[in-house]
Amino acid sequence: MTLYAAIFYLLGLVTVAATVLAITRSNLVHAVVYLVISFFGTAMLFYLLGAPFVALLEVIIYAGAIMVLFLFIIMMLRLEEHRQNGGALVRRWLPALVLAGVALGSLILLIIAAPGSANLLPAAAASPLEFGRALYQRHWFAVEVVSFLLLVALVGALYLGRREAETLIASPKEEP
Amino acid sequence: MIVPYSHVLILAGILFLLGAVCALARRNLIMILIGVEVMLNAAGLALIGASLKWQQLEGQIFVIFIMAVAAAEVAVGLALIVYSQRRTGTLEADRYNLLKG
Repeated sequence: MTLYAAIFYLLGLVTVAATVLAITRSNLVHAVVYLVISFFGTAMLFYLLGAPFVALLEVIIYAGAIMVLFLFIIMMLRLEEHRQNGGALVRRWLPALVLAGVALGSLILLIIAAPGSANLLPAAAASPLEFGRALYQRHWFAVEVVSFLLLVALVGALYLGRREAETLIASPKEEP
Repeated sequence: MIVPYSHVLILAGILFLLGAVCALARRNLIMILIGVEVMLNAAGLALIGASLKWQQLEGQIFVIFIMAVAAAEVAVGLALIVYSQRRTGTLEADRYNLLKG
């Protein structure tokens, strides 16, 4: 086992452990902080697999922007503590875990049984220069479409998040 | 040199199924959204591995688009969550049992 392989398995273990901790927390802030660790681990995996620029964007966008957005929303809303009893817990988690276990088992069997599954990946890295050239020379139209999607999402979020001025105006009319 | 691509795929599959379990089993709207994020992230990991295996940059480029879609989805999803929390006062998906609010 080379040093790279050891780092890969270590980072994979950290990522999976942080994700398991994140999805089982009852406190939402703890879940988000564990998820930040999980995304950092994934960013290191991206770096190891030859995508340094995508690793940078993973840290900035996922671990930075999106998780901070989650934290803002969690702190903005007044959340009530919702304790669920043990019966509901088992009834809720058991089917999901059984289905995921069956799916994971068949997935691992299929991947292992595929021909050439033991071939090692080459060590290579795409520099940001060639990455940017490939992105903007061959896929510029998709970049435009995605930027338009972000604009639409911004407008939608603004529309949904606005104060409901018209309902405040409309509510006196509904009163008899 | 590093590891077989099958191990990367298995790791991505484990992460994806963890996200799916989170989206299925948790009933808090924010936790459901977090599960979707974990699933998108796992898909990105598989794409990065494929990009390295076939030495094509398209895998990494697709991960950029996945990040943009995830950011848009989170923005609209969190706005919807704030909106429904204002309307109903709760974030538990099981308590949304009225057709007419």
